Amino acid sequence: MNFSLNDDQRMLQDAVQRLVEREYSFAHRRRYAAEPNGWSRKLWAQASEIGLPALLYPAEQGGLGGSAFDAMVVMQALGPAMPLDPWLPTLVLGAAALRRAAPPLQARWVPRIATGDWVLAWAEGGGCRVVADGEGWRLDGRIAHVLHGDSADALLVSAQGDAGPALFVLHAQQPGLTRHATRTHDGRRMATLHFDTVQAQAADVIAPPGEAAALIESVRQAGIAALAAEAVGLMQWLLDTTVAYLKTRQQFGGPIARFQALQHRAAEMLMALELARGMAHYAAVMLDEPDSISRGQVLAAVKLQLTQALRFVAEQAVQLHGGIGVTEENAVGHGLKRAIVMAAEFGRYDEHLALFAQRGGFIEAAA
Amino acid sequence: MPSLFSAEDLAFQAEVRAFIDAELDPAVRRKLAEHRALSKAEVVKWQRSLAKRGWATPSWPVAHGGPGWNAVQRYLFLDALHQAPAPEPLSFNVNMIGPLLIAFGTPAQQQRFLPRIANLDDWWAQGFSEPGAGSDLAALKTRARRASDAQGEHYIVDGQKIWQGMAQHADWMFTLVRTDASAKPQAGITLLLIDMRSPGVTVRPIITLDGRHEVNEVFLDAVRVPVECRVGDENAGWAMTKVLLGHERTGIARIGMSKRLIARAKALAATVPSCDGEASGSLADEPRFRERAALIEVELQALELLQLRLLDGPPDARASILKVKGTELRQAASALLLDAAGPRAWAAADEFDDEASADTTIAASYLTLRAASIYGGSTEVQKNILAKAVLGL
Repeated sequence: MNFSLNDDQRMLQDAVQRLVEREYSFAHRRRYAAEPNGWSRKLWAQASEIGLPALLYPAEQGGLGGSAFDAMVVMQALGPAMPLDPWLPTLVLGAAALRRAAPPLQARWVPRIATGDWVLAWAEGGGCRVVADGEGWRLDGRIAHVLHGDSADALLVSAQGDAGPALFVLHAQQPGLTRHATRTHDGRRMATLHFDTVQAQAADVIAPPGEAAALIESVRQAGIAALAAEAVGLMQWLLDTTVAYLKTRQQFGGPIARFQALQHRAAEMLMALELARGMAHYAAVMLDEPDSISRGQVLAAVKLQLTQALRFVAEQAVQLHGGIGVTEENAVGHGLKRAIVMAAEFGRYDEHLALFAQRGGFIEAAA
Repeated sequence: MPSLFSAEDLAFQAEVRAFIDAELDPAVRRKLAEHRALSKAEVVKWQRSLAKRGWATPSWPVAHGGPGWNAVQRYLFLDALHQAPAPEPLSFNVNMIGPLLIAFGTPAQQQRFLPRIANLDDWWAQGFSEPGAGSDLAALKTRARRASDAQGEHYIVDGQKIWQGMAQHADWMFTLVRTDASAKPQAGITLLLIDMRSPGVTVRPIITLDGRHEVNEVFLDAVRVPVECRVGDENAGWAMTKVLLGHERTGIARIGMSKRLIARAKALAATVPSCDGEASGSLADEPRFRERAALIEVELQALELLQLRLLDGPPDARASILKVKGTELRQAASALLLDAAGPRAWAAADEFDDEASADTTIAASYLTLRAASIYGGSTEVQKNILAKAVLGL
């Protein structure tokens, strides 16, 4: 397994890091949060100019045909920014969902996503039912906790049919579809989507009831891998910020960095980060693994390890900043709030643990 | 997981496994699987099997008999040994004094000692720690005074060492001694090779909590050491040991050993009735047992990836993470096994009682492993290193 970046990936990393430095500072973040959407369309347009939203979509449709490793590079570089804009669903989940969709369906959505005109949200949760309705489908129900659901132009919706789950892509402006927005603790917005006799065309179906389970799983797994990369970037920033603080904060006649307990705590943060780094990479590698059991086990393990590592690093970053760490004004505490949301995306910690353990983990009993 | 390694790597791994299956005495393999103590003869025999195959010294340069493996192959080799399980090549010989002599020994010293090191004709002990010099090794006080007589230039060594692993089997001990008490502590240290049959050398067993004789005290009472047995220059010993500490971090996390402990825990758990009632099967079926194992397995996977990342690059202070987490996870795995056994783990047995129930080694392996986070640079010292060398604190 090769852990280093190739030249193209290095250039991509530089480009995103420069964008983050210039446009994603903590001060910027407050201004973006005050915008109508809670994030900046103008910034999104800038990011689109360097091709970011298009990165993973098929080249034939206006995308750049990038890989899971390219996604990892971008998400990791975005980590320190704690971005408010819909990167995960637009950059990663949409591309995963539409990857093998029929070309006409791709042609209706991908070009406008790739140019940055449309952004996505991922709506999953079992609360929306779908039944056949003539040539098309009818959706009814409710899906809660849809991040960016309030401002998305298009929604990836998984709905439950009699034969099993289905996956749709729908315009957010739809008769019968209402969205109730709420602020989340980490500065973003989410929505509860209400489906009241929402009509979907046959052409909006990415995968019909009974044929979408594997696809939905692969989208979630792509999401987990992307979150893992984002978490690594965020943890690196949390650690760097904390180490810098330890070196400058003066108490008892000198920098607090000289206290061994704090040195050891920082070393423990480093250990959690370094373990997570390899796992994020491994997740990207395993997204293409054909054996769904081993792929599922690895992605579950990645979710577990990243969640635990990020919680530890974020909590300790706050702890080591002392009083200022628990203020709204200081960026460090926002990492902890971001961690709250990231921990529960694509399944709770205990859900993944139960399933991973039930399947026997990685190691078999000795003969 | 297949994706971690190339087809070539996997073929190499298969070759190693086939060798182990063909050459390792099944009784020795079973003993190790049950965490029983091996005899000196068993360790020597295996090392010689490896040596015959050219595999006894994986990290040595080809010029000195190494097999010319890359870092991944060295890792896969050691991992295969850990998972078989099979004994590692003797660490004191192959990872310590061998590389020291290769780097700093004279041609005469290399010729005299290296083949015997590789073939375990000489069993070596590490004479570093002292009662007053553990983590603070530079505080060592064992004194070596230069002298001369009809037989030639030599040192007279007086002092005491402690924690010498397997010194009861040792033919030689590579020893750090103080040759200049007036200099700064690190600047007055010399490396001597001491023949354990020399008059004045006394080895005293220390029995550890596991009931085993694995470490010793070594008393040095006017021991005569010929000057030809000095490695490198006088007072240049400290720098050499730092090179040794930076050397060869392959397999240091001993991930395969943790995996074996978990595998043993799961096998044992399958024989323990579930406390959820007869209908619920065994402990192995209980979610809380599986989840406890799962958490260790997840960390082990992450650690293995870190190990692989660090394999190929230059010496990296992050290697300390491998030691800290490697020992922490082995300890966690041994605790999983211990807790699965319950009162079955209470019975103790003599170290070399091969007829004793395998259950008697469960608490022994847990207790043995408590030392793993203390020796080789304690966890606390490793964290100091990480904070300083990686984070600049």
